[in-house]
Amino acid sequence: MAELTNHKISRRKLLGGAAGAAAAVPVLHELVPHQPVHDQLARAAGGGHGDHGAKAAGHGAGAHAGAAHSGGIGSIDPAVNGFDPHEILRDFDTGKVRREGGRTVREFEIVAEDREIEIAPGVKFAAWAYNGRIPGPTLRATEGDRIRIGFVNASSHPHTMHFHGIHVARMDGVPQTPPGNIEPGGSFTYEFDAEPFGLHLYHCHSVPLADHIAKGLYGAFVVDPKDGRPKADEQVMVMNGFDTNYDRENEVYAVNTVAFAYHDKPIRVKRGELVRLYLVNILEFDLLNSFHVHANFFDWYPTGTKREARDFTDTVILGQGERGIAELRFPYTGRYMFHAHVSEFADLGWMGFFEVSG
Amino acid sequence: MEAGQATAEREAGQRLPAWLAGLLPLALLGIAIGLFVGLGAPGLERNGIPVEELSVERTVLRPGEIELVVRNDGPDAVAISQVIVNDAFVAFEQTSDDIDRLGGDTIAIQYPWIEGEAYGVTLMTATGGTVDHAIDVATETPEADVGFYGLMALVGLYVGLIPVAIGMLWLPWIRRIDPRWVRFVLALTVGLLAFLGVDALLEGTEVAGTGPQALGGGSLVFLGAGIAYLGLAGVDGWLRGRGERAREGGAGPWRLALLVALGIGLHNLGEGLAIGSAYAIGSLALGASLIVGFALHNTTEGLAIVAPVAKGGAAPKASLARFAALGLLAGAPAILGTWIGASAFNPSVAALLFGFGAGAIAQVIVQIAPSLRDAAGRLLSPLVASGMVAGLLLMYVTGLLISL
Repeated sequence: MAELTNHKISRRKLLGGAAGAAAAVPVLHELVPHQPVHDQLARAAGGGHGDHGAKAAGHGAGAHAGAAHSGGIGSIDPAVNGFDPHEILRDFDTGKVRREGGRTVREFEIVAEDREIEIAPGVKFAAWAYNGRIPGPTLRATEGDRIRIGFVNASSHPHTMHFHGIHVARMDGVPQTPPGNIEPGGSFTYEFDAEPFGLHLYHCHSVPLADHIAKGLYGAFVVDPKDGRPKADEQVMVMNGFDTNYDRENEVYAVNTVAFAYHDKPIRVKRGELVRLYLVNILEFDLLNSFHVHANFFDWYPTGTKREARDFTDTVILGQGERGIAELRFPYTGRYMFHAHVSEFADLGWMGFFEVSG
Repeated sequence: MEAGQATAEREAGQRLPAWLAGLLPLALLGIAIGLFVGLGAPGLERNGIPVEELSVERTVLRPGEIELVVRNDGPDAVAISQVIVNDAFVAFEQTSDDIDRLGGDTIAIQYPWIEGEAYGVTLMTATGGTVDHAIDVATETPEADVGFYGLMALVGLYVGLIPVAIGMLWLPWIRRIDPRWVRFVLALTVGLLAFLGVDALLEGTEVAGTGPQALGGGSLVFLGAGIAYLGLAGVDGWLRGRGERAREGGAGPWRLALLVALGIGLHNLGEGLAIGSAYAIGSLALGASLIVGFALHNTTEGLAIVAPVAKGGAAPKASLARFAALGLLAGAPAILGTWIGASAFNPSVAALLFGFGAGAIAQVIVQIAPSLRDAAGRLLSPLVASGMVAGLLLMYVTGLLISL
């Protein structure tokens, strides 16, 4: 007589050594200290950690029962993480501006730290973050500005800041060239010119590289052309994912970290107004990500480095580290979905709505 | 000198009443544990991180819903925060937000599953850890109503009771054959039983592997085997005592038959359990071939029961009631097993029951062994050895007809 039960480890996410124990899968976790060393963003007191578990448990049947498997999974109080994906969306950090020798210098302070982030209701991820948030602050400058970044490593691991852009080797932020890794407690000032114009990104480049990125050390870097871009409702969407069980696959996908953040609470935009989306794909472990908007088309500027749109489409595919600017106007009011057209990402958190009002 | 010292010690020891002397170490242990726990385990710090282990004990599929019964198999409390089915977060409700060590949780997942398809359910804990559970073939779990219990009883009847009863009808034949050939049949019985015993051990170990390891896992099988073996030895001793008092000549063969029936009954309980649980999760098609296979397999068990009675033709007159009782004892547990297996399957209990079967069978073999000796007192004569081999082969071949 053979199989009595069907308790087998499923096709994916097989954890090492657990095969013999069938369904009893031991899961080990490296938990970071709960208190961040550097708490730049004030965390609202109370109401956070205590009650989310019960919420996640009882919530499912509620608001989304009709949609069954499209993300009826509860919600996260932004106070828990100390940042709100809705605020990150339109939050641009242009730095402390000063003039030096006739040119604009923008100074930024970035601190890397270990931090626990709630990425889906009730699910904590032992993250590393720039300035306590994932993605890190969206740094913004105009082409030709001098960028000066005071980087402090308050994490318990070595880190760097590597910018996509044009700069000298010393400012490249890789461990293999001086100054190399910035050790815990150490600091370094990265300084370079903002060029070329376009949409770029920055991330930690310490090894193992995939882990330093996947744990949350990345952010968008916007360089505006000298003559600027037309006025628009500008939004930053950093497409990311989280490998919560360390099996080198993502369990949770999102835009700006929190699964279904814009699904449960849509992004409000105005009918007819120009919307400019800065889309950055920083996903690890999956080769491709994508962006698709419903009931509309957008002008697509890959990397944002040319003034002419390369495409007029409703779906783009982005590889790892790839980014671009999408410009669109909503002709009708109503609720319009956007999501990864890699559909399994959508079901695992990468799904949202625009709420268009008149 | 030394002798005097020993006497002195003995006297000192005798100042304490015996019960107090026995309880003193226990009381000291209690105080020590109390202090240790009360002071928060002084000097010891927990090294490392919480270990999360969950084991899925039971899966129930209803239209639009998947229900999992899970048990916390690890040393630390676990909270299930999200559930993923086939790469999509899904809505769910659970009975317990924090599952303590060995605690249980029932998770009701709303999901429009489709008959016959496979599903991967991932339980995501508060730390992001995942426990995967595969549903190989989705099929609605039968409702445990009267009709269902009736069906299971019918299956138990087909695979347990009827074949055993038919097998027992070999008795008149065994009684007429040469005593040498009776020994051969008894050896055949031992072969059959040995096969069943090993089978029960293997199956029990396999089932135990799917359940919570914190509850003992595979050791439950051996615990069950030990209890059954020693328990039956005790029952046997008691029966012997009664038999001697009553001066009942020929009680031996019946005693043996009773033990064989009991051992086979325990084995069939496990077999019923396996059938019932496989049916409940949809991995068993109750086809005619399966039933026929079981029937052939188990008919040999009937032979095993009556073989001891035929020994030497010394058995008293057989009352029909006595045979019926033996048949019921050996066959009816299959019905009970299917009921338990289909409605309340639990891997740990199943492992224990399989262990019972294995231990009981081992005891029965030990009981039968003396009857195998030939006139010269040899145990493994060529005839007996070939009988055992024949028994093993018979079980193997009829076993090929069954695959759950």
